[in-house]
Amino acid sequence: MFGLWILTSADWAVPTNMKIHEYQAKEILAKYGVAVPRGEVANTPEEAAAVARKLFTEGASGVVVKAQIHAGGRGKGGGVKVARTREDAELHVKNILGMQLVTHQTGPQGQKVQRLLIEETAAIDRELYLGIVLDRATGKLVFMASQAGGMEIEEVAAKTPEAIYKETIDPAVGFGAWQARKLAFALGLKATQINQAVTFLQALYKAFVETDASLVEINPFITTKDDKLFALDAKMNFDDNALFRHPEIKALRDVAEEDPLEVEASKYALNYIKLDGSIACMVNGAGLAMATMDIIQYAGGSPANFLDVGGGATQEQIEHAFEILLSDSHVKAIFINIFGGILRVDRLATGVVAAARNLNVKVPIVLRLEGTNVEEGRQILKESGLNFQVGATMKEAAELVVAAAAGAGA
Amino acid sequence: MAVLVDKNTRLIVQGLTGKEGTFHAKGCAEYGTNVVGGVTPGKGGSTHEGWPVFNTVTEAVEKTGANATMIFVPPPFAADAILEAEDAGIPLIVCITEGIPTLDMVKVWAKLKTSTSRLIGPNCPGVISPGKAKIGIMPGRIHKEGSVGIVSRSGTLTYEAVHQLTQRGIGQSTAIGIGGDPIIGTTHIDALRLLNDDPETDAIIMIGEIGGTNEEKAAAFVKEHVKKPVVGFIAGQTAPPGRRMGHAGAIISGGEGTASGKMTAMREAGIHVVVSPAEIGETLARVIGKA
Repeated sequence: MFGLWILTSADWAVPTNMKIHEYQAKEILAKYGVAVPRGEVANTPEEAAAVARKLFTEGASGVVVKAQIHAGGRGKGGGVKVARTREDAELHVKNILGMQLVTHQTGPQGQKVQRLLIEETAAIDRELYLGIVLDRATGKLVFMASQAGGMEIEEVAAKTPEAIYKETIDPAVGFGAWQARKLAFALGLKATQINQAVTFLQALYKAFVETDASLVEINPFITTKDDKLFALDAKMNFDDNALFRHPEIKALRDVAEEDPLEVEASKYALNYIKLDGSIACMVNGAGLAMATMDIIQYAGGSPANFLDVGGGATQEQIEHAFEILLSDSHVKAIFINIFGGILRVDRLATGVVAAARNLNVKVPIVLRLEGTNVEEGRQILKESGLNFQVGATMKEAAELVVAAAAGAGA
Repeated sequence: MAVLVDKNTRLIVQGLTGKEGTFHAKGCAEYGTNVVGGVTPGKGGSTHEGWPVFNTVTEAVEKTGANATMIFVPPPFAADAILEAEDAGIPLIVCITEGIPTLDMVKVWAKLKTSTSRLIGPNCPGVISPGKAKIGIMPGRIHKEGSVGIVSRSGTLTYEAVHQLTQRGIGQSTAIGIGGDPIIGTTHIDALRLLNDDPETDAIIMIGEIGGTNEEKAAAFVKEHVKKPVVGFIAGQTAPPGRRMGHAGAIISGGEGTASGKMTAMREAGIHVVVSPAEIGETLARVIGKA
C-alpha cells in the first residue's frame, strides 16, 4: 500500500489546479451532452484554413478564430476575431497564430499563441453565465447562474451579488432537475428553452463530478435567435489530487502554458511558485513558506518565489531546489528557513553544503534553522568553509538576507 | 484537562503497518499516548511492533476499546478510511493524509455533519496536549505543558508558534492542527469553542492562511463568545491572488479570503493581530503579562 504512495507521489505535485484549453474543455463537455458550437482545433495556418473552409461549406454564415491560451481576457487582447469570408478568416489566422497575446492574466510579456479554435458563429440572442464551484463554507458544490453573461463573475459578485442565482447541491442526491429548472426560470429563459436548459445544466454537472473538476464556467452561455442554447466559451480546471484516477485528463496538461521553472520543480515533487522579487526562499511546510515570504517583505525585501520542500526533503531534492532557485536571474540572495520536526536539521545542513559545493553557488545564503539536531546542523555549516550566514531567529535571518540581497545588487 | 487528547485516549492507527504509520505510531507511543493497535485490511490477527493488527476498524474498537484513530492511509483510500472509522463510532478521527480528492471529502463531510464523530484534518499535523498525549506527526519535545491553546491550519507554522512560546517558558494546553484543505472536519471556530470552554486554557493563538472565510467567521465567534485573550497571525500576506500556495485551500477568489480582510476582521474582534510571524510568541507573552 505504501509502495503505491511512493510511486505516485511526484504525480500529485502539479503546481496548481490543472488548467486546460477551451477546445479541450468543449471536447469533454460535448461528450457529456453539453451543446457546443461546431468547430475544430488547428495547430497550423493550413489546418485552420481547412477548418474554416469546411465550416463555410457546411453552411456557416461566419466563423470565429479563437486563440487557445490558458489565460482569460483573450477577446480584449485581440485573440478572438470573427470572419464572414474564408479570406478574412485566413487573415485573422495569420495575425493571431504565433502572436504574443497580452491579457490582464498573462502579465506584460504575454503568452505565445500555439493553436487556434475555429468555430461556427452563432446568432446570439442573450449572453448568460453558468458556473460550478465548491463552496468551502458548506462543503458542497454550488451551481451558479447569472443573466450578466460575458462579464467577469467576480465583478458581478462584488457589485451585484443578488444577480447571481445559486443552487447548493446535496452530494447524496445530486443536482436535481428541479434545481436546473429553478435556475433556468431565474435566467428568464423561454418556455420552449426550459427542457433544453435542464438537459444542458445536468450534463454540465455530470461532467464536473465525473472528471473531478474543481471549476467549470460557461461564460457566455448563450441563447440563439432560433431558441437554441450553446456553450460559447468553456473553462474547466481539475483537482490535482484526483488526477491519479483520470489519466485521460492528466494527458491534457499543456506545459508550454506553465512557467518553465514551475514545470521543472513539479518533476521533483517540489512545490514552487515563481514571483517577482529578488530573495529566493527554501522552506519546509506551506504555511511557514508563506510566512517566510511575509517576513521578507516585512524586513523590506521581496520574495522571488514560494518553495515548499516538504517534510522529508532529500539531498537530491535540495540540489534540484537550488538549481531551480538559481536559474531565476533576479535572485540576489537565498533564504533557507527550516523548522526540523520530522526532518532532521543536521541532515538538511549536510544536503545544503553538498548542493552549494556541487553547484558552486555564488549568491549569499542565509539560513535559519530550528528543531531536531539543530546544534549539529549549525556546526556542519560552520565547518564547511562556505560563506553561510545563520540567523538566530526568523526575524534576524530575514534582516540578514534583505541586507545581503541589497549588497549583492549594489 | 486540555482538549481532544489526554491520558484517557486509546489510539488505533489506520495504516499502522506502512512506513509512515509505523514511524508515527512509535512517536506517539514514545510521547506517552496509549496506542492500542492498528488496522490494515488483510493483516488482521498479526502483530506489528507489538501492537495487535485488525482487518476492520469495528473489530479494532471491539477488541481494544479504542476511542481515537490516526489515519495514514494513502490519498486514494483515505476518505474511505474516515468513513469506516465513523461507522465504527470512533469519537475522534485524526486524518494526517495529504492529497485527498476534494469530491471524496464532499461526501465524507455530508456524512460527518450528522455524526457524533469529530474529524481533525485531513492534511494536518494532528493534536497534542503537551505532557499528556499526542495524536499526530508533530515533534513532541518542542512543546511544554501549560495553558496556551493553539489552533492553526499549517503544520510547521504551528511548530514555529509553539517554539516561540516554549523558548519564553510559556507552555501549551493543546495545539490543534486543523489542516490546510478546502474541506476540513474541524474549523477554526470549532477549535476555538473547545479551547474557550477548556478551564485549563487561559489564552489562545489562532493561525490562519489566505483563502476561504473560516478565519472571518472565527473572528466573529471570538468577538461574541471568547473572553480569553487571543493572538492571531495570517500567513500569505504577500501571496499573489489566484495562485495556490501549497495548500489547496489557500486560493483567493472573488475578493474573499485575502490576508488583509482576515486581519481586519480579527482586529475588529479584539484579537491581537501580529504582522510578522516572528512576533507571535512575544505578543502572546505581552498580552498575558509575561513579557
